Amino acid sequence: MKQLTALQQQARRSNSFRSASLPLDTSVDGAIKSPATIFWLVLHGLCCLISLVLGFRFSRLVFFLFFSTSSPSATTNLYSALHTRLPSSITTSPPAVNGTAVAVDGGSRVVVGRHGILIRPWPHPDPAEVMKAHHIIERVQREQRIQYGVKSPRTVIAITPTYVRTFQTIHLTGVMHSLMNVPYDVVWIVVEAGGTTNETAALISKSGLKTVHIGFNARMPILWEDRHKMESQMRFHALRYVREKELDGIVVFADESNMHSMELFDEIQNVEWIGAVPVGILPHSGGSEGVELSAVSREDTDKNENSEMPVQGPACNSSNQLVGWHTFNMLPFMKRRARYVGDRAVVLPRKLEWAGFILNSRLVWKDVEDKPAWVKDLDMVGREGEDIESPMSLLENPSVVEPLGSCGRKIMLWWLRVEARADSKFPARWIIDPPLDVTVPAKHTPWPDAPPELPTPVVKVISIPENTEKRVAKRSRKRSSRSKRKRVPKVLEEHVSTRHSGDN
Amino acid sequence: MRNWRCVFSMVVYFAFCFSIEAYKFQRTQQTERISGSAGDVLEDDPVGRLKVFVYELPSKYNKKILQKDPRCLTHMFAAEIYMHRFLLSSPVRTLNPEEADWFYTPVYTTCDLTPNGLPLPFKSPRMMRSAIQLISSNWPYWNRTEGADHFFIVPHDFGACFHYQEEKAIERGILTLLQRATLVQTFGQRNHFCLKDGSITIPPYAPPQKMQSHLIPPSTPRSIFVYFRGLFYDVGNDPEGGYYARGARASVWENFKNNPLFDISTEHPSTYYEDMQRAVFCLCPLGWAPWSPRLVEAVIFGCIPVIIADDIVLPFADAIPWEDIGVFVPEKDVPKLDTILTSIPIDEILRKQRLLGNPSMKQAMLFPQPVQPRDAFHQILNGLARKLPHDKSVYLKPGETILNWTAGPVGDLKPW
Repeated sequence: MKQLTALQQQARRSNSFRSASLPLDTSVDGAIKSPATIFWLVLHGLCCLISLVLGFRFSRLVFFLFFSTSSPSATTNLYSALHTRLPSSITTSPPAVNGTAVAVDGGSRVVVGRHGILIRPWPHPDPAEVMKAHHIIERVQREQRIQYGVKSPRTVIAITPTYVRTFQTIHLTGVMHSLMNVPYDVVWIVVEAGGTTNETAALISKSGLKTVHIGFNARMPILWEDRHKMESQMRFHALRYVREKELDGIVVFADESNMHSMELFDEIQNVEWIGAVPVGILPHSGGSEGVELSAVSREDTDKNENSEMPVQGPACNSSNQLVGWHTFNMLPFMKRRARYVGDRAVVLPRKLEWAGFILNSRLVWKDVEDKPAWVKDLDMVGREGEDIESPMSLLENPSVVEPLGSCGRKIMLWWLRVEARADSKFPARWIIDPPLDVTVPAKHTPWPDAPPELPTPVVKVISIPENTEKRVAKRSRKRSSRSKRKRVPKVLEEHVSTRHSGDN
Repeated sequence: MRNWRCVFSMVVYFAFCFSIEAYKFQRTQQTERISGSAGDVLEDDPVGRLKVFVYELPSKYNKKILQKDPRCLTHMFAAEIYMHRFLLSSPVRTLNPEEADWFYTPVYTTCDLTPNGLPLPFKSPRMMRSAIQLISSNWPYWNRTEGADHFFIVPHDFGACFHYQEEKAIERGILTLLQRATLVQTFGQRNHFCLKDGSITIPPYAPPQKMQSHLIPPSTPRSIFVYFRGLFYDVGNDPEGGYYARGARASVWENFKNNPLFDISTEHPSTYYEDMQRAVFCLCPLGWAPWSPRLVEAVIFGCIPVIIADDIVLPFADAIPWEDIGVFVPEKDVPKLDTILTSIPIDEILRKQRLLGNPSMKQAMLFPQPVQPRDAFHQILNGLARKLPHDKSVYLKPGETILNWTAGPVGDLKPW
């Protein structure tokens, strides 16, 4: 702008000059020169303006486009970061860079100066290539595991006691998926209370693992004490199977509702005969109890250290030798413990859970030469009536247990018991057929507030409303109140009707 | 009868041979040894094969500069300082210059740093010239060969061209006084003004302690496919794009920023070294110069380097088979980088990882303190030893001069 006005002024001045001084030739020269210079100045000003707007050296670009002799490559669509078209220059250099910039003698393809930024027409991932890359990564990881992981991995024999109930699907699916992700060979022994059923069989067949489905001829009891005992018996039954079939590997007691981390399965490969891993105990079984419990336990922590660490497992001294056991301190919970399955209270574990022990399967074999002397024969243990609380009862000398999980400091396994009431109904295989006639409003839970029948008088819970009312009145404990009792029959009726329609 | 005996003995012989082969294969299964002449060369010990005489220069050329700015000890050009220290206490050093095969001049030309830590090369030519004037006047050995049996360490961006901008560096060319000497530099690009024939290319300095302290267990699964951290556009120096990295880095960004396989960004994470150890491929594209410390980091951390720099000459190229270890991608093929990388056969990839796992490879890339066998210092000496014995023609007749002491830009002639 400034230049244009200066130019105009100059022109005017020269004009005035011309009128003032009169040699003809100079005026003629002046007349010829000024349009050319004017034209050139105008062009220059225009280019400057454009550069100002576009923000880069436009003159360079124009010069380049007019005087370059390169041909754009057919396959790639090119554009620079500022969205103008630039042919890719590999053979020529932009003239703004003078001649010495061109690379030296013979054969080099590399040129100094500005290059285009090559972008392909569809700069997005190709799914086939992504899959190939994932295969590559998988193979590399497998190679890594072979090189740096466990040298000769042993089969993992997982023993899971189960029975058909509402929460079976959720728990068994969890264990199943954990076992499916284990990078070693797995044999999954599922022991079912009440005999083998098609439901369980259908569920475990989805795993794709080698499964053994054993039935145990006794129904699972409702009281937690009895249930723990029966589970031990079921596990023992599975061990007898291992002994009979002479399965070789590492025995893990993968309880249904427990949570296993993958590192656990890597750690157990280190076991020689019998090892113990630390188990995190999660006694809260849901409900508003949970909040109160945590508040209480915080109070207790000032008095008692154990409640800070809800862990069961081996305890070591500084030289990493087994010196004792951490057990879960149950005292704060004793008042609120759950008695029967589905009780909305704290479910407590036993002193040392089976889940925390890892066995070499050869320990239970019949005749093995290198079986250590301190292990009792399987047939000698667990005779009728004797309660096998933990695998420790297989040992004569409890100090031979190997502490795993960096000597009880790394927890890779959590114990939890979450169950619905024993009388709770669910659609078989979780397929609703035929569709429900009655839709239950969400606010009213179908289950009565009152607890169910307990085994001592063996009476079924489903009965006529009046009877239950009476029974409820008798058996109501801390929670009963007048208003609740009145409400119970109404709720029960709805409950019964939905049961009838949902039954099969 | 005779035939039978012949055949039988042949069979026994071959069985014996094959069993030995099998045994060898068993042992070398984990990490592959780079067999053949190239790989064995890494194991050579230079002690006894050459003698190096170190000139005693006044401390203004080395110690004083270092005292002024101790950052020189940790940046990527620190090789010149550590090489000096190594040579002072090495068994190849000789105090008798008559029996020396090589002469070393300890001048720290890359130690003039900006507040940001980048070296300014403007005074370096004068410094070098002044040092050479000193040694040529105090000792007769320079004039004997005009520097043909001397070596200098010039680790800067474009070596002895002493400039960080490629155009200007090419304009200047290699310092005339160094035309006959052997240059030990990090820069290497074929057919380039700033790479002399017979130069030894070395890796840039990467702090070994820092890298060792960030090692993670090798059993950690490698889950990142391609990894890169660094600039794609240098907006400060190249606002238009197209100059920095010849557009290659920008091309990587524009093509693969949406690709889940490519973990690329400009951030500076604190887990940079750990992430490299969790990656299968690490990109090492050129920047303003073709070399970068990423190559060293990739080799140390076992990540396959993907080198995107046309005509680059990699460190110790005569000793390390880079074609077998890394993947070379021409700059024009950057848009097809994902196709190229996913179509490498898996056996190739596993073999490259095995070669990278070889500890002698990692050792050759490092400048550890204190010195360890087969590290980069020794590889440099090996390279120098391989150039011996000097050809008779390098010794000049008395009075003969080849170098022109007044050539070069006028600014270089000023005293330092």
